[in-house]
Amino acid sequence: MLLNASGCLDALIVPAVARQLDAYVTKTVTPEPRDGNPPVRIAETDHGMLNAIGLANPGRERFLAVTLPALRALGVPLWVSVGGISARDYATTCARLRDVTIELNLSCPNVDEAPEGAAEIVAACRAATDLPLYAKLSPSTWDVAATARSVEAAGADGLSLVNTMRGLALDRHLRPMLARATGGYSGPALRPIALAAVHACRRVTDLPIVGMGGVETGRDALELIACGATHIALGTVLFGDPDAPARVRAELADAASAAGYEEPDDAFSVAVGGAAERVVERANSASS
Amino acid sequence: MLRRERRSVVAVEAVGPYALVRVSRGSLDPGVPGQFFMLEAPGRVLPRPFSLCLAPRGELAFLVDPIGPGTRAIAAVDAGDRLNVLGPLGNGFRLDVRRPVIVGGGIGIAPLPYLSEALEQPPAVLGFRSEHHAEAAALVPNAEIVIDPVLVTDVLPPDRDVLACGPEPMLAAIRRLAPSAQLAWEAPMACGYGACYGCVVEIDGALKRLCVEGPVLACS
Repeated sequence: MLLNASGCLDALIVPAVARQLDAYVTKTVTPEPRDGNPPVRIAETDHGMLNAIGLANPGRERFLAVTLPALRALGVPLWVSVGGISARDYATTCARLRDVTIELNLSCPNVDEAPEGAAEIVAACRAATDLPLYAKLSPSTWDVAATARSVEAAGADGLSLVNTMRGLALDRHLRPMLARATGGYSGPALRPIALAAVHACRRVTDLPIVGMGGVETGRDALELIACGATHIALGTVLFGDPDAPARVRAELADAASAAGYEEPDDAFSVAVGGAAERVVERANSASS
Repeated sequence: MLRRERRSVVAVEAVGPYALVRVSRGSLDPGVPGQFFMLEAPGRVLPRPFSLCLAPRGELAFLVDPIGPGTRAIAAVDAGDRLNVLGPLGNGFRLDVRRPVIVGGGIGIAPLPYLSEALEQPPAVLGFRSEHHAEAAALVPNAEIVIDPVLVTDVLPPDRDVLACGPEPMLAAIRRLAPSAQLAWEAPMACGYGACYGCVVEIDGALKRLCVEGPVLACS
């Protein structure tokens, strides 16, 4: 299944791009409206880009009253990215949603307030809704697999890996290029980091995983699948190539056959080792 | 509807310190003056936005100021190279003006040759930081040229419909003199089509996404 990364596509402006996807992931919705950060908000680096948008969004009430109905009219399955500060913020939004998949943004690097612990937020949302809950995690952690296990235990139905990592770039006068100084780093540079995070989590869980981070080609998507991703999301590549969903989908089939697999799904988890090995790892980690 | 095509570079010409990059038009629409295109920057992660400078028959031409890694990569293309081109994007100038004067500063003159053509060569006022930069004024007919420290606002004729593009301080100064001016703004952009939320500019206290609400904004 091919998705967009949250915040990398406005389906209401370009429905034709959204319709190339199997599901559309919204920009993160917070309880209150947010203007986002002041400009300059984006900067390119040699191997990626920084963004400090700051969760600009119309807020929960306007999203539910205006944005969500307009998105439903597009006829594309919807994932709603939910953000906030407290577990209660997240749970209140989750309780108001129907007929969508929910992605909990537990890892935006561009807001001042750190959300409560990932597992607490997932547990509160689990109590508030029966909808599928995906936990979007940061790769900027010592042990992402430990976080994955904790959100699974709290009731997550899937993982989204990875969000951007905090980075900083300077202009020629040695001043930060972004008004906020730091931003979320994305693009090709994130690819090995995403592979490592998906790989680490696949060793400890059988949950579905949306793999994302620097995917530009079908081969990139295939590598995430080989590390255990069940779905793929496209982010930064969409900025330069709005036709990327259709292109990556076509390339993925070719990349699979070039690697000796009949279907992309046949390459699922092949880089992780056999299922028996994973079970042993899980048993060891559970007893440690 | 977004239209993106892989186009051939026809020629790259030096215009003062700038490069006029001419690509084959294919089935891309040139759009209205002030609209822009995203050009692939070879070897870079993100494309770069350029307003259309000229629309010669069968071509699209963009004026590029090679000041960073992306613009340098685009200015360095050769005839025969191929570039992905997306557009036209955004909102251009309204052309239903009675007594137009077009105003530009530095690389902000980029959309003005095409605008001048559409308005049948009205008077223009162009400001540059040096004689070398001012060579680009040759692209705009009927232009009065000023060089720093003289500013375009020093010579702007009164009671005209102003259509302007240039650096932010210039646009702010024009607004004070001509409150109903149409101004083309600039901001770093990742996508050009409303996806990234990167290109906001703060105007009258509100953040506007320049690629979908601009780049030409009428003053209120």
